[in-house]
Amino acid sequence: MALDLTKETGVALDAQEDFTWRDMVREPISKLNDDAFTRLRIILMNGVEMEANRFQHAFARMNAPMRADLARVRRIETHQQVLVNWLLPADQSPLETTIAYEQVAIEVTASLALLEPDPYIAQVLRFGLLEDFDHLYRYSALMDRMEGKDANAILQSYTDVLPGRPTVVEHRYPTDDLREPYDRTTASPITKLVSLTIMAGEQQTQNYYQNIGPLFADPAARLLYAEIAHIEEQHVTQYESMIDPHETWMEKWLLHECTEVWNYLACMEQESNARIKAIWERMVAYELGHLNHVMDLFRRVENRDPFEIIPTSLPEGIKYMSHRDYVRQVLKNEVHLRSVGTQFVPVGEVPPDSPSIAYNRQINSAGSPSQTVAAGYVYTPGTELAKKAA
Amino acid sequence: MKEPTDIGLNRTGIGTSPLDSKELIEAAEATVPSSEGDASGIASLRISYAEESGIVGTMPPPSTVKGAVKSVLEGLGAKNPAVFLDKLAERLQFERTGTRMYESVLAKFDALGSFDGGPSREALLEFHGEELRHFHVLRSALESMGADPTALTPSADIAAVEASGLLQVQNDPRTTLPQALHALLVAELADSEGWDMLIELATNLGHEAMADDFRDAMRAEEKHLAHVRQWVANHAMQDAEGKLEQAA
Repeated sequence: MALDLTKETGVALDAQEDFTWRDMVREPISKLNDDAFTRLRIILMNGVEMEANRFQHAFARMNAPMRADLARVRRIETHQQVLVNWLLPADQSPLETTIAYEQVAIEVTASLALLEPDPYIAQVLRFGLLEDFDHLYRYSALMDRMEGKDANAILQSYTDVLPGRPTVVEHRYPTDDLREPYDRTTASPITKLVSLTIMAGEQQTQNYYQNIGPLFADPAARLLYAEIAHIEEQHVTQYESMIDPHETWMEKWLLHECTEVWNYLACMEQESNARIKAIWERMVAYELGHLNHVMDLFRRVENRDPFEIIPTSLPEGIKYMSHRDYVRQVLKNEVHLRSVGTQFVPVGEVPPDSPSIAYNRQINSAGSPSQTVAAGYVYTPGTELAKKAA
Repeated sequence: MKEPTDIGLNRTGIGTSPLDSKELIEAAEATVPSSEGDASGIASLRISYAEESGIVGTMPPPSTVKGAVKSVLEGLGAKNPAVFLDKLAERLQFERTGTRMYESVLAKFDALGSFDGGPSREALLEFHGEELRHFHVLRSALESMGADPTALTPSADIAAVEASGLLQVQNDPRTTLPQALHALLVAELADSEGWDMLIELATNLGHEAMADDFRDAMRAEEKHLAHVRQWVANHAMQDAEGKLEQAA
């Protein structure tokens, strides 16, 4: 659906102050019965709302005149985040939610890479994709071997459980995680929406792992979460560095609100659960209200037309579907790539004095949790015990 | 209202999507793991950490002078009187949580009603009252020994971790009364074992009056266990036979 942003005003900000605790805390989805992509949409949108919140806090800390407007919008974003994230059910354990986070990182990143017109940015997305793909394999092994549970009960056969770029080799020197930013003056609007979305998704994943890692008793789990949380920090570094740092605060705010509209619209259009679809519809209308509010501010503060920054109609959105064939193709063609500074090279071309080589050697010098947890692991329906003689 | 045992759209099994799962399985079978070995590496990590780790915590010192004197005196009867205090505190925590569990089950009952051969509200209330009484029995026992009944001792802490999954089941608005009762059954089984051990410890240490109080509690807990077990079984049998009738 092409949404004309010059005409759609959504719900005015004043009318959005209609939340109650009962409204925000509703019946969650069914872990057993709902489609995996409903879960994925909830997780991604929690990340997008989290980023909206964190960004607006940073903005307010450095821009006194904007504090009141930011506080008002941010409070509504917070209500929205609760409404969305609390749709996850209590019988979905932190490890099961982790499996779903990695499925988001695979299927959503694949869709973003396919939507992305800038070949370099698309390559960055594919680079990250293969790493998150490997994380799913490691966490699935952990779930099988620690809890005797089958990760596919969460994945619903949409996503392969295979090694990607092995987590053990993903640990790089910080500057090897930096990427070249797009140019704010020439980049396609969708590049900006894609970049903000992937950054939001990876940031919430890092936050989630950093917070839940210590909830586990098993040292294997504590170690694996520590290791993969680090990669997520690398991914946040990677994806935020793709974004042009010369964008003004107001440009960034406009883009954030536009990204939210774009994402909620894709959720709304593809949602299979009618009850959840109604929530997405409401969120689209609210975010259009935020966007219009910020467009007005932009006109006043920057004395510019907001449509110099955002598109007049929204581009094609994320496809919530299995990208199995595409992911396999990327795996086959690009698993051997490594980053040297902002560029990607085959593993054989990494210079011997690369700081990432020394960094990786040090951090793995007392063992690699991801290698240990998934040693010899082959995904088997019903867990690997199904193939083990009694 | 739908029952959990109705046929619905559960999508968790490998058979839900034969085409997708065929792809998944075939690719997995061709996996070349990035490291050799098996699940024993996880065991090695557990062993290595266990060898280096401390413990979850220790017992508190006696909270009163009387307690300190008591500890010394008790020490004449037991090499380590803190063991008894730790077990008393474990039971205390369990009874306190058990009281709250019955409150959860009562809410479930009020929301959803019972079933033929299921609990009555009066029975649930009676058991709730008994769990509360047992908590007070243990509080008095700990105070009489000069111990601080508010301290979270190591066994009390671990018992609370054990019970945490049961509370998740009982407090989830989507679980049914029989599902909540099943969680209660697990709690009552553990509780029954706990009282049994406590009586033995009290008797061996010469706390006869205390052991008598605990036997009273044990009888009540045995009654709870027998009833909860029967409620759970009644529901499963009726459901299996298609005889289930909701009766508020």
